[in-house]
Amino acid sequence: MARVVVDVMLKPEILDPQGQAVQRALPRLGFEGIADVRQGKRFELEVEGPVDAAALARIHQAAETFLANTVIEDFTVHVEEGQ
Amino acid sequence: MTARVGVVTFPGSLDDRDALRAVKLAGAEPVALWHRDKDLHQVDAVVLPGGFSYGDYLRAGAISRFSPVMETIIEQARGGMPVLGICNGFQVLTESHLLPGAMLRNNHLHFVCKDQKLRVENNGTAWTSDYAPGQEIMIPLKNMDGRFTADRRTIDELEAEGRVVFRYLDGNPNGSIDDIAGITNAAGNVVGLMPHPEHAVDPIVGTGGTDGTGFFTSILKRLVNA
Repeated sequence: MARVVVDVMLKPEILDPQGQAVQRALPRLGFEGIADVRQGKRFELEVEGPVDAAALARIHQAAETFLANTVIEDFTVHVEEGQ
Repeated sequence: MTARVGVVTFPGSLDDRDALRAVKLAGAEPVALWHRDKDLHQVDAVVLPGGFSYGDYLRAGAISRFSPVMETIIEQARGGMPVLGICNGFQVLTESHLLPGAMLRNNHLHFVCKDQKLRVENNGTAWTSDYAPGQEIMIPLKNMDGRFTADRRTIDELEAEGRVVFRYLDGNPNGSIDDIAGITNAAGNVVGLMPHPEHAVDPIVGTGGTDGTGFFTSILKRLVNA
């Protein structure tokens, strides 16, 4: 089966306090030099059958209506190669 | 004859029982609705209660929004049926696009549980007619994802049309834009807010007051006089 990955991120203008909390914790753990952290979601979809244009269009639709809330989030869809 | 007000139970709803009780105390007939049942059982209005439906998985309200009962509620709300979304119910309403904007994690990342002072900015909705314009009320607030947000254009539109129904007073508990605690749709039949009026209907519990009763008496008057 082919894997299609949907990455969902808060839009750049939306405050991400979770990302900020992670960013603030990094120097305490000795990881210096990281100016900003944004936290997102990754969905790995195992697709039955061929991942053709029609299948990708369906996944795009699922991402737009369900996996992401496009009021506050952006998403990208890509096929994971080399499995 | 009285009005029938439905309260939906989703898996993970917490405040459905309190909402049913608030409806009854106001003098309306409470009707329990089930998330998998498309049938609204001839109710005249619906309350979407607080809680953590579907564990808030994906996003708060995102999975409930596609439940069978919501199909019917979305269709009828667009036709004018009054709907009140409280806390998680408000999140379901924004995910359903019955109300604009979206809810995000509180800006300080802590769960909030407190008595919250609000100002009623709009008493022209189906759920707020028993309040005076500008009335200050004390209502419990308890949530993790209470930060209402929308793009500037949407906020300007809400403000210009008087669709901000409630605003937080004495400090913003979650970082919501313009201290917004609750909003309505253009028609005024759909209202969502983060604080919990159903927990402020009996002096022996909650805030010790009954400032939340007005939501349920407002809708009863609206339906009985309709």
